[in-house]
Amino acid sequence: MQHQSTFMPTATVAVDEVGVRERASRFQKRSIKKDSKVLALNTVLSMIDLTTLEGADTVGKVRELCSKARNLHSAAPDLPHVAAVCVYPTLVAEAKRCLEGTKVQVAAVATAFPSGQAPLAAKLADTKAAVADGADEIDMVISRGRFHSGDEAFVFDEIATIKEACGSAHLKVILETGELGSLDRIRRASDLAMRAGGDFIKTSTGKIPSAATLPVTLVMLEAIRDYYYDTGKRIGMKPAGGISTAKLAIQYLIMLRETLGQAWMTPDLFRFGASSLANDVLRQLEKQRSGAYQSFDYFSQA
Amino acid sequence: MAPNTEAPGADQRLSVLKTYKLYVNGAFPRTESGRTDPLLDGDGNAIANVCRGSRKDFREAVAAARKAQTGWAQRSAYNRSQILYRAAEMLEGRRGQFESELQLLGASAADARVEVECSVDRLVYYAGWADKLQQVFGSVNPVASSHFNFSMLEPTGVVAAVCPDQPGLLGLISVVAPAIVCGNTVVALASESSPLSAVTFGEVLHSSDVPAGVVNLLTGRRAELQEHFASHMDVNALVLCDIDPAASKELEILSAENVKRTVLRKSVDWHHYDCESPYWILDTQEVKTTWHPVGT
Repeated sequence: MQHQSTFMPTATVAVDEVGVRERASRFQKRSIKKDSKVLALNTVLSMIDLTTLEGADTVGKVRELCSKARNLHSAAPDLPHVAAVCVYPTLVAEAKRCLEGTKVQVAAVATAFPSGQAPLAAKLADTKAAVADGADEIDMVISRGRFHSGDEAFVFDEIATIKEACGSAHLKVILETGELGSLDRIRRASDLAMRAGGDFIKTSTGKIPSAATLPVTLVMLEAIRDYYYDTGKRIGMKPAGGISTAKLAIQYLIMLRETLGQAWMTPDLFRFGASSLANDVLRQLEKQRSGAYQSFDYFSQA
Repeated sequence: MAPNTEAPGADQRLSVLKTYKLYVNGAFPRTESGRTDPLLDGDGNAIANVCRGSRKDFREAVAAARKAQTGWAQRSAYNRSQILYRAAEMLEGRRGQFESELQLLGASAADARVEVECSVDRLVYYAGWADKLQQVFGSVNPVASSHFNFSMLEPTGVVAAVCPDQPGLLGLISVVAPAIVCGNTVVALASESSPLSAVTFGEVLHSSDVPAGVVNLLTGRRAELQEHFASHMDVNALVLCDIDPAASKELEILSAENVKRTVLRKSVDWHHYDCESPYWILDTQEVKTTWHPVGT
């Protein structure tokens, strides 16, 4: 294996934790109503990665999810489609088949998701199998253990190697921020992941209680901004886990707009990893349309 | 000038007006709208501030009621009954406070006493039905095929209720008790003119093991809120008391959108024992009939 770690970023900017939390809390105080709200909700929908990542997932469950992706809410046919469905590698082929003829991408979590504790060879095989089955996007997890023991070169090389194995598939690098300890460590991991070739950086697996939060996402967005100023490359962002309400999703969009600008307001550069968010967004859109508060009873489950 | 050695008299003290809050999801929040209405006594003096609840408060209350409904319905009938008896005990123990609140708003001492006593009795009456309704109104039905056919009652779900304006306490209890005793959860809009004892009743529920979200009490203006009570798609039944006939039609049309079970109560003598009836419980129950195949 060729060592690419000579390209590793040397220094990482220190994060002002108090400042980040204060800034993040401001995004929760904007008032987005009426037409702006509808626009925001539609944008959120188009950025959702509909996700099912359970040990108990079956082909049937994935079919349900894909059918939801194809047809979000039959009462409102003009809705945008979601960005992708996100499944385990073994279910990629079925998802691909179900979504034929649509623009919905298929994302697969690979590299011994969610722990990442497997030999590199196994992770590569995992990735290649998913790509061979047709995955358009690969969500990998970094080796947090190695990262914590100071072996950043290993983490860097691993990401670069997986990126090679992805071929034309997009690579999202999951940092699992809840296991990284501090905002400084999150910033460092973000810099590593971008420099090593990740197309997206993603907060969490959704498998531990501490998942995406506004402050964590803000630190990652700022890393993306600095990387853009350095290199001219636009890296995408995917907060995942714990974003289940439309209101919170809109707060993320506000943060995105005010940190990275309009250029990032597209599913090519921003995604939400979520399972229950879509229905809450649909409920809010229906409320805006009909004027009546809505019930989950009238939205298909997947 | 001689120093004033007199202690400050009662007439010199500025009284602290209580702001009566909402009761939502087992807590006592102010309205999210930040609005309050002063409540005046018969002589036009302000005696308290009452939250003017908004449609967003209602939305939160319905979400709380929805969350609590399954767990409440799954409790044993006996347990629900005990919890309602407990609420009646707590109400009995705080009779003095309820009576004085009613008197503040102009009721005579005798009327206030009768209303509070009647309220306790009504709560006890409905508490008793929790573990009796099923055996009285459930049935095993004769059918011509080889099936064991039986009908059981199930709660309708989330009930939204606009309570009568008078009597403030007794009216609220007569609406809420039959709705919750067999497994529904309730969002109730208290009397507009006499809301104090309704809000204090929230404190009674809070201290009597009624789980959070089973009863949610809002105060505010009917004209502002009733339309949302009728149109909310996550409300399964609507109880409307003393609604002006012109508004009633509009509300029933809104309520039909998701086929809410809609109950209208008009010209009720709330003190009369007619208000103690198992049929009031059945108003927010659904009948489920099961056909179970048996050998010939």
